[in-house]
Amino acid sequence: MSRRRGEVVEGDELPGLQVRVTRADLVRYAGASGDFNPIHWNERAAREVGLPDVIAHGMLTMALASRLVTTWAGDPGAVVNYSVRFIRPIVVPDDADGALVEFSGKVVRRVDEGTVVVAITARCAAQSVLGQATATVALS
Amino acid sequence: MALDPSFVGRCFPVPGTYQVAREKIREFADAIGDNDEIYRDPGVAQACGYRDVIAPPTFAIILAFRGQQALVCDPELGLDYHRMVHGNQSFTHHRPIRAGDELVATLHVDGVRTMGGNDMLTVRCEITDSAGDPVTTALSMLVFRHSAAEQDR
Repeated sequence: MSRRRGEVVEGDELPGLQVRVTRADLVRYAGASGDFNPIHWNERAAREVGLPDVIAHGMLTMALASRLVTTWAGDPGAVVNYSVRFIRPIVVPDDADGALVEFSGKVVRRVDEGTVVVAITARCAAQSVLGQATATVALS
Repeated sequence: MALDPSFVGRCFPVPGTYQVAREKIREFADAIGDNDEIYRDPGVAQACGYRDVIAPPTFAIILAFRGQQALVCDPELGLDYHRMVHGNQSFTHHRPIRAGDELVATLHVDGVRTMGGNDMLTVRCEITDSAGDPVTTALSMLVFRHSAAEQDR
């Protein structure tokens, strides 16, 4: 059961989420998603295309950000639309700490009685990594 | 090399059908660090009104990505996968993807433009069930960065 319509008002903030992304996470996501682009696991390949180091899959960042919304919504099936722009790559160093990504979200619009739009922010190293990130959630 | 605008309208069917397995959903949920039991326990999913476990909102990228591979591998388009950057992504879920679904996907090229030394392709992956009913529409903007040598010209 998704979050009830009576429980949600415009301006509500979602509980924040912090995720540490390591090289091992990138390898695991590559396997699960089928995206084996070497820029996500091989420094040489990343540098060859002008990147400073290995970067996280944009789709992993998008998936991590979705957890903020699905956890709040109570039912992942209630997310009827989910859109992001990838504005800056997340560089993942080859160490145990990896990169720390912080997510926050806010209900910004009520489309109709049973539907709201959540705006999401994702930051890493004090910079935004996702732009125009929104999820449309159906309330019960 | 700028992309040929005549690419707009081309379709790239993802070969075969994609059988959604419970274990693949679990693997994907593990990979994104999401421990929600609705991705793992059919009983929990059924209590939420679903026939079987459902997939996370970005799971459909597996199919969209296969379509993109077909696009990038087409020699006529002459795209360089290593210069590809993902610009934006959206998913519209007509219904959640569930374990047991047999999905069929086709990638459509909706737009081509060149801006700031980059080629940009807007592609749309339409995912349906085996009956042809819509499940997910995945829109992606793919950016192909020109090489430094090309930009110097």
